[in-house]
Amino acid sequence: MAFNRPDSNRRDHFTDAVFPSPFHARQNAHNQMRVWSRWSDYLSVPAYWCAEMEYFAGRNTCGVFDLTPMVKHRISGPDALPYMQRLMTRDVSKIKPGRVGYSVWCDDNGQVIDDGTIFHLEEGVYRICSQEHQIDWFLTNRLGFDVTVTEETHDVASLALQGPTSCAVLKDMGLGGIEQLTPFGMAWFDFEGTRLMVSRNGYTGDLGYELWIDPEHAEALWDRLFDAGEVRGIRAMGSDALDMLRIEAGFILAGQDFLPAMEAVRAGHTRSPFELGLAWLVHFDKGVFNGRAALLEEKEKGSRYRLVKLDIDGNKPARDSFVFTKDEKYAGTVTSAMWSPSAKASIALASLEMPHGEPGEELLVEIYYRRELKWNRVMAPARVVKDVFWDPPRRRQTPPADF
Amino acid sequence: MSRKYDAIVIGAGHNGLTNAAYLAKAGLKVLMVEKNEWIGGATVSLPMYKDWKYSNCSYVCSLLRPEVYRSLNLAKYGLQVVPYGGSVTISQTGDIIGNYVDPDVTRREVARHSPRDADAEVRYGRDIMRQCRFIRKFLLRTAPDPTSFKPRDLFEMLHLYKETMKLGEDVIYDTMRFYTMSISDFLDEYFESPLLKAAHAGSGIIGSALGVMSPGTAYVLLHHAMGDVDGNAGAWGFARGGMGAIAGAMHDCFTDHGGETVAGSPVHRIVVKNGRVTGVALENGDEYLADVVVSNMTFPRTFLECMDEKDLDAAFLKKVRNFKIRGSSGKLNIALDGLPDFPALRGNPELMHADMHLIDSIERLERAYDDWKNGIWSQDPYIDMLIPSLTDPTMTPPGKHFMSVFVQYVPPKVNGQDWTDEQVQAFGQTVINQIDEYAPGFKDLILHAEIRTPRELEDEVGLTEGNIFQGELTMDQLLFNRPIPGYHQYRGPVRGLWMCGSSTHPGGGVMSAPGANAAREILADLRKPNTVPEGWLDD
Repeated sequence: MAFNRPDSNRRDHFTDAVFPSPFHARQNAHNQMRVWSRWSDYLSVPAYWCAEMEYFAGRNTCGVFDLTPMVKHRISGPDALPYMQRLMTRDVSKIKPGRVGYSVWCDDNGQVIDDGTIFHLEEGVYRICSQEHQIDWFLTNRLGFDVTVTEETHDVASLALQGPTSCAVLKDMGLGGIEQLTPFGMAWFDFEGTRLMVSRNGYTGDLGYELWIDPEHAEALWDRLFDAGEVRGIRAMGSDALDMLRIEAGFILAGQDFLPAMEAVRAGHTRSPFELGLAWLVHFDKGVFNGRAALLEEKEKGSRYRLVKLDIDGNKPARDSFVFTKDEKYAGTVTSAMWSPSAKASIALASLEMPHGEPGEELLVEIYYRRELKWNRVMAPARVVKDVFWDPPRRRQTPPADF
Repeated sequence: MSRKYDAIVIGAGHNGLTNAAYLAKAGLKVLMVEKNEWIGGATVSLPMYKDWKYSNCSYVCSLLRPEVYRSLNLAKYGLQVVPYGGSVTISQTGDIIGNYVDPDVTRREVARHSPRDADAEVRYGRDIMRQCRFIRKFLLRTAPDPTSFKPRDLFEMLHLYKETMKLGEDVIYDTMRFYTMSISDFLDEYFESPLLKAAHAGSGIIGSALGVMSPGTAYVLLHHAMGDVDGNAGAWGFARGGMGAIAGAMHDCFTDHGGETVAGSPVHRIVVKNGRVTGVALENGDEYLADVVVSNMTFPRTFLECMDEKDLDAAFLKKVRNFKIRGSSGKLNIALDGLPDFPALRGNPELMHADMHLIDSIERLERAYDDWKNGIWSQDPYIDMLIPSLTDPTMTPPGKHFMSVFVQYVPPKVNGQDWTDEQVQAFGQTVINQIDEYAPGFKDLILHAEIRTPRELEDEVGLTEGNIFQGELTMDQLLFNRPIPGYHQYRGPVRGLWMCGSSTHPGGGVMSAPGANAAREILADLRKPNTVPEGWLDD
């Protein structure tokens, strides 16, 4: 099916403020609430029917989320690896062909520009998925390297299939051997005359896959998935549910848990990888990369902030809350918060000023909540916790069980 | 293995496990003894057909105190409670009244039957929520002794008084009426649609040997409405993997804190020497010593079957005998070869996931109760059934299903005589025929059916007369009257003997409040640090 593409070469592009995704017809059929939100150039669905039910599909059966609006770039050429090494803080040489890796990239000051997923599609060819548009920065980084950088956001349709029955659904769909795919692995399948790429990763902290296909086959992919998944509780999942899933998994979101460095007006409003709890993504021993000197200095002198996970007493979500020490001195702010239906706890990600945020530290979270139009305030005791709130063993098992 | 413990808990149902877990968490050396080879009591998933998972007794979860869930870290021990969407009542004419996840869809559904009732639902929901907010404060809290002048009891009475006064004059009057009304009279004050009234009335009789027209059933409805799933008041969910997953997580928590379990032999005697408890003797001859013995068995079973009557006062024994604990419910657990086809629900997959009721009217519910009074199972029973395998992928292979069918009314004895195997089968057939009328071809899908009458509930689980709440939930047996006045603070009549089952405040359901409250009292008596949450902060 031909569909309207967000095409900046079109002079009259403004006549469409937002575009349907290649899955739009199917999303529309599932979208009982008829509410649409937008994600960059595309229409997106906040909740098809009930965000909570969709959340539970992700934890109990499986949910399908349209990832197409995710910004995608392709890096290729003889210098692709050294280029990636300069761009990324992590050692990209460890991400072998056919493997996926999470990474961040920084400016010269060691401040995070964005985070994203690197797909090593074949020797010397990478796809980078990110929340923010990056073409200027990626092209800037080309200086000195023989690489081609192209944006392919609109050329690839993709779905996330996340949840405990996701592997079984793909098996039933006829993707032979999918159960042998290890976490952060990729596999290719013939699909109705085209190539379907499946990667085992996601944004939910659970067993899950991402499916990548050309837009012309998008609807067929959706249909085959739902046919196979019907008896395994498959459900279309909106962005509200996905946000719940990612907070439980402790995954950060650009523009929510950190401010992309390219957008920051005010000093001190950006964050380094260390300040986001991502020290494991910084590899100083791999040679030069953007921000290396600044990060080395930070490592020596100490960071300004720490992103932590909070376990908060009571059941009131601590959205946009201030965090205080036990003697009510300012310690930081909550960046993401929710009632966790799986951990059965009020949880939050919070950015605290150093030295706060050691695991086990007792804090207070100032929560405002409304009951029958009346606002109330509670200073809820909270603890800094080390482990993520949801981390089932099936996330790492190969082959995964059917549920 | 050492035979001397700080505490012995009898009965590995969810309240016993809750109690034992809190005691172990406080550092006590705790032994759990269980008569069956398996743990869980009525919170259990026993394999009956292949390796399919059943919820053999209790089948849905809402009352489980969130404070217990969290403080025992049950999520860490693998428990997942997954809400299911709504409910539906199907009439014999094929009409339905659905309660959907979306409130506006539900309003229009009710308006289809009565536009007035759709509005009245708002008022009804408000009034029920007022009662829920009131009662929730007293669930994880020991009931005060109204006759005591101990500072603690005076304080608790004052607390009760203050909370009551907070309701405001009108609501206090409503509350006093509410606790003594029949569900039928209560619903008449709001609604006109017979089907809607029947849809609401079911919650007023589930587990109760009372009819919809019997005083006191309005409270039983509240008992089913006061829970929540993730803060959604009145919502119910499935424990992923069946209800046994709840007991399993609790038992893992207990074991993790050093608790030990002996399963497979019933208690022969709770041993008493010189007016105080010294331990338990099992039927297999093993004896274990402890100064604290906690019974999660029913009130009558504890004192009439597991103690020497000579160790107890006559007047006390008489009150035990008079405790109202009448069986009224049965259950079928059915393995199905495919999804049943309910013509009334065609094209409505959401309601297939929901709690399905087969009933038309208040009158039909009352007729079902008449049979119980006459000593037979309802020939036209009230059925509350669910297909959890539509929500929970762990229960059956894809496309196959497990169906949980709860039935009112089923008497503890048939015409005064013990149930025979033939009668049990006949009861099962009555229920299957009933469902088949609403879902033609249903019978042909049945691969296996476990039929449970009060006889099975008593013989297997130990629930006296098969009463699922360990005692009727009426005002004469609630709060400081539960199980009987003077013994409502979990202490038994013999020193060192405690009660922690649903026979105690605040009663039945997979709530864990009795077990938790009893643990708090025991730890206070032993002057140990409290490990048990108290009260209700999450307004």
